[in-house]
Amino acid sequence: MSYPDKMRAAIKKVEETRKKRLEETYPMLSPEEKKELLENFHPDYRDDAFRELKVGANKGESLPHEVVDVLEARSMIDPDSFNLEVDKEVDVLVIGGGGGGCSAALIADALGADVLQVTKLRMGDANTMMAQGGIQIADKENDSPARHFLDVMGGGGFANKADLVKALVMDAPEVGKWLEDLGYMYDKEEDGRMVTRHGGGTSRKRMHSARDYSGAEIMRTLRDEVQNREIPTIEFLPAVELLLTEEGSCQGAVLYDLETEEFMVIRAKTVILATGGFGRIHVSGFPTTNHYGATADGLVMAYRAGANLLFMDSTQFHPTGAAFPEQIVGLLITEKVRGLGAQLVNIEGEQFVYPLETRDAEASAIIRECEARSRGIETPTGMKGVWLDSPMIDQIHGKGTLKKELPAMFRQFDRFDIDITKDPILIYPTLHYQNGGVEIDASCETRVKNLFVAGETTGGVHGKNRLMGNSLLDVLVFGRRAGRAAAERALEVKPGKLSLAHVKDYNRMLEDGGVETDRVSPMLLPDYSAEGSF
Amino acid sequence: MGDGMVTIYLMGKAYSVPENLTIMKAMEYSGFQLKRGCGCRGGFCGACATVYRIKGDYRVQEGLACQTVVEEDMYLSMIPFYPAIKKKYDIEELEPETNVLRQLYPEINRCLGCNTCTRSCPQELEVMDYMNAAIRGDIEKVANLSFDCIMCGLCASRCPAELVQHNVGILARRIYGKYILPRAGHLEERLREIEDGRIEKEVDELMAKDREELEKLYNERDIEGE
Repeated sequence: MSYPDKMRAAIKKVEETRKKRLEETYPMLSPEEKKELLENFHPDYRDDAFRELKVGANKGESLPHEVVDVLEARSMIDPDSFNLEVDKEVDVLVIGGGGGGCSAALIADALGADVLQVTKLRMGDANTMMAQGGIQIADKENDSPARHFLDVMGGGGFANKADLVKALVMDAPEVGKWLEDLGYMYDKEEDGRMVTRHGGGTSRKRMHSARDYSGAEIMRTLRDEVQNREIPTIEFLPAVELLLTEEGSCQGAVLYDLETEEFMVIRAKTVILATGGFGRIHVSGFPTTNHYGATADGLVMAYRAGANLLFMDSTQFHPTGAAFPEQIVGLLITEKVRGLGAQLVNIEGEQFVYPLETRDAEASAIIRECEARSRGIETPTGMKGVWLDSPMIDQIHGKGTLKKELPAMFRQFDRFDIDITKDPILIYPTLHYQNGGVEIDASCETRVKNLFVAGETTGGVHGKNRLMGNSLLDVLVFGRRAGRAAAERALEVKPGKLSLAHVKDYNRMLEDGGVETDRVSPMLLPDYSAEGSF
Repeated sequence: MGDGMVTIYLMGKAYSVPENLTIMKAMEYSGFQLKRGCGCRGGFCGACATVYRIKGDYRVQEGLACQTVVEEDMYLSMIPFYPAIKKKYDIEELEPETNVLRQLYPEINRCLGCNTCTRSCPQELEVMDYMNAAIRGDIEKVANLSFDCIMCGLCASRCPAELVQHNVGILARRIYGKYILPRAGHLEERLREIEDGRIEKEVDELMAKDREELEKLYNERDIEGE
């Protein structure tokens, strides 16, 4: 499965120009150039990819078809006939088994709440597990949370909710310490100083990592701790609907056992949704880096319950998804590869963009190079991409660096007989992150009382574009905040009468909006058995 | 077969699938909508541990369904769950001493040295070497050698001595990360500064600015060099 002859011939160009490029720094985009690039080439600006949403709190907004499809859909359950007899009562119900859900469960449990954590797949089947590059924490002498704040705001196009950004950057050092205390194996110097690097859009080197298993190391540590604390967890048990009281506060959820296909009703004093993002709905038909369960479930449930959404018109396409070999198309090639000095190169062997622009600009520049400028490299299946010149890493930092810093990436390609220390990687943008989501306040509460949401399911903190290393931070900061707020609130909640009236109302809104559909959501699992797969 | 298709046997049942697919995509091509045995689809989560045997060969091989390409006459089955023991502990109470791994998992002394764990690891880790280090109490070595473990549990499922290599690995990594790696002094210092309130004041000052001022500050900010 190594490169076919035609691609191998194109690699020659990359090799020929490498020496010259090692000396060369491509200029960064000016703010005006960046704006023009985004408007002309970023998929968020393609009108035909959007349509008007006809129901709910964001009615009238223009959102991607795939998002509208899951929002304009019916519940799995019939609100008129569903039996709401309670199977189990808890203080705090945590829905989701990723970094956000585990952080929330750990903190709520530590505060004495009776917690139940449920998840659709296994504990740890989440995008947290897949994050490679790192986590941003402003903890060095030349850095500060204020600088971090400015980077986040600028990266997000200044659309971010500032109070959430403040929470993100101010809590970061405490989160960093929490991980250290839990035994996170940070990359460190001999004296304990953190090894830190740049990511796209950072003004200081504040990317902390654990080789290129930064997220996996977080996930397995938190999961281990949830197990050690003996917090009750149930796997393969997704939520399919939230339960409100007649007064409209959230006090439970309907769960669905994926294997026995039975429903379970949980009454809770407070509910935390941490179900992750939407990569697997494949916005605009893009492949995705996301894990199998990223189907926007929490977004759908919260919206039906009356929560509002922010920035759902904005999707993050990671600039560097694998474009070859076919088996791993769409898979993430971490930004750390560029952080370590690898350049992006077209079919002529030339650079065409500064390697560490923000992700939206970087992805747009690659799309422009392949589409408008026809300077991409074509694979045997007809996909186009540009080179990510990974062999530069060892040339810059010394032999062996790539294998040491990017073992997962090296292994990934080695399985297909491609040695990325010698040959470049062909890449093309891939759907990576849901920039928007459910609006929350700084304690993670939504418009729906007692409903807390954390992590990728939420929108606001990253504005219209998230920076690398801020999603691992996001799930930990807001997972912890949600856990604390939900546990504290649970002390004062009085049980109300559980109801599915909001589902009935939503069905009526669908009818009023003229939406005729037999679509059902949450989607729970993508179906790749029918046709072409991702 | 020569037409770009191969025959594979999913739990004993034959299916014809394109030859370049991974096991996972071949199962989907065959009409399965996976529930268990599918997670990140990128080789990081360990959900899709699979054992297989090629017709005529006596050897059973192991791999991740999302990373292994199908072969002609491959008989396969996923092991989406394996009942491995995981000891509960309070990380705050542990001490980084040579006997800590053996105390929690005394069965590691039963290691037969057969190297089946190493041969079965889809991450190509030196599993037996780190189990030897675990027996000796070399926590640092266990932590480093096991670092790329995705906890799929294939090693444990194949171990004739019934050890749980992947769970010993994470125990060692957490002890190493918490007690043996030196602490980051600059992180502690930043937390002290936050307690003083200085840091919050700086952020609040930025929050008070309008978009135009922020944009100016952002565009003019200096970027740390390499």
